[in-house]
Amino acid sequence: MIHVIAGLTTPFRYQFFNNGIIVATIAGALCGLLGVFVVLRGMSYIGHGLSHAVFGGAAASAVMNVNYFVGAGVWGIASGVIIGRIARRRLIGADAAIGVVTTASFALGLALLNRYGQAKKSIEAVLFGSVLGVKTIDIVAVSAVAILSVVIIVALYRAFLFATFDPEVAQVSGVRVAWIEALLMGLLSLTILVTMRVIGTLLISALLVIPASIARMLTNSFARMLWISPIIGGVSAFVGMYLSYFLDTSASATIILTGTLMFIVVYAVTGIRGRTRISGLHHI
Amino acid sequence: MIGEVLVECAHMSCAYNSTLAIKSIDLTIRKGDFVGIVGPSGSGKTTLLKAILGSITPVEGHITKKPHLRMGYVPQVETVDWNFPVTVLEVVVMTRSSVGRLPRVTKDERADALLVLERLGLGGLENRHIRELSGGQQQRVFVARALFHRPELLVLDEPTSGVDVRTRHEVLHLLADLHDEGVSIILSTHDLNGLAAHLPRLVCLNLEIIADGSPVDVMTPEILERTFGAPMEVLVHGGMPVVVDGVGADIAERMSRLA
Ligand SMILES: Nc1ncnc2c1ncn2[C@@H]1O[C@H](COP(=O)(O)OP(=O)(O)OP(=O)(O)O)[C@@H](O)[C@H]1O
Ligand SMILES: [Mg+2]
Repeated sequence: MIHVIAGLTTPFRYQFFNNGIIVATIAGALCGLLGVFVVLRGMSYIGHGLSHAVFGGAAASAVMNVNYFVGAGVWGIASGVIIGRIARRRLIGADAAIGVVTTASFALGLALLNRYGQAKKSIEAVLFGSVLGVKTIDIVAVSAVAILSVVIIVALYRAFLFATFDPEVAQVSGVRVAWIEALLMGLLSLTILVTMRVIGTLLISALLVIPASIARMLTNSFARMLWISPIIGGVSAFVGMYLSYFLDTSASATIILTGTLMFIVVYAVTGIRGRTRISGLHHI
Repeated sequence: MIGEVLVECAHMSCAYNSTLAIKSIDLTIRKGDFVGIVGPSGSGKTTLLKAILGSITPVEGHITKKPHLRMGYVPQVETVDWNFPVTVLEVVVMTRSSVGRLPRVTKDERADALLVLERLGLGGLENRHIRELSGGQQQRVFVARALFHRPELLVLDEPTSGVDVRTRHEVLHLLADLHDEGVSIILSTHDLNGLAAHLPRLVCLNLEIIADGSPVDVMTPEILERTFGAPMEVLVHGGMPVVVDGVGADIAERMSRLA
């Protein structure tokens, strides 16, 4: 018995694992929180696009020897605001424009890493995430963004709700919709920035969508979604990370698979009800 | 007595992607007005209301509004995201979203909101999800949201589309009561006999304003045909115009052959 318990706690003996699981859990909760807006506004393609854009910034800053958070941060927030503006105007072809720009940024990043990066290993780390490189600065960064997001969303809760549900009427009722949207895009860029090193470029958008969709199936209340979704995100990140140690699989893939499993279970358990609730979500 | 000007459009045109949706609109709305905009689908009714609301900016001409005019907007039900996770109460208090308001609905707000809901016959439904309501109730939730804002001008986009005769009468009575209490109203509708004919002033719209006046003046076969692009006949019943489809005879003849 003691052996079993000792065995189950082995991963926690490693500092890198502890750092990794802390960052992953906070990142999961953070993605769950912002994912609520992503899912309800049907902008999952923006999460996808942003993570690809940030990748370009990450690669460029690695090659030019600029600090990751500075280089990728500036790049990410700039692309977030631009993407937000394109999407807001709802021009025909906005998705296509965003797709082209962000994929180009991604391709540029990849090319830079090929040409000037150290090894294939580092590309893999950026694409799929890695727990090995997690440092204290990552814990600080992800915690800071999480606290910032919670404070902003609580303080501006009503404006966020109104602008998400009915931007036009919100605007004429005195809500600064453009400002709220820019804020949301900024938080989303920051979230991707601090999450990317653990989760990786390719799987962040899934972490933005899965917990919020599960929360949507479980409740009909926006306020409740805002705490259920982060809990689901945090739990799936924690469990996924933990399992990955024993299964010897990629942490981010295991996190997403854990989330997917929860999705399937909730989908089955909530039955018709859950299905009608998520059927109205656009573009998932 | 002529009321003060609330909204004035002068040669106003609005466009989507450089295609004009409404053109050279001259329209004045005064305090105490109760105006119906009629026109076929795609004629620009929603566009005109949104321009009045200020969510669309004219590409030509001007729109001026009384400073700090308080407006309540009731959107066309088809444009609402009915699947969005909000309850009736949450929708009603939404218009009080200024910075510094805490997430939780306060006691006072709740009491205010319940009064409005009660008045609209929605008492007891405050915790329902908005999709779990009948069409007429859904419509009234958005009227409640607009009223909660205590508007001087109430703007409604097709308030009676998709509701039954009884609900339509209720909506009409409600609007008449609000109007008596001093709320000015502008609404759009397709419904000529059920709604438009009862209003004191109608504006016929099809890209441009075709006519503006009382129902007796504007509900004529010529004006209606120019507005709707289809022949119509107008009878008078109890002093009120009643519109009859001009194609009636033709269809009747074809149907009788089937009988
Ligand atoms: N968001 C938009 N983008 C592009 N074109 C639009 C948009 N909204 C409306 N239009 C076009 O503008 C014109 C006027 O539309 P509007 O919605 O004002 O008509 P409406 O009279 O309200 O019609 P309905 O009775 O069907 O609601 C139509 O030709 C429509 O296709
Ligand atoms: Mg319309």
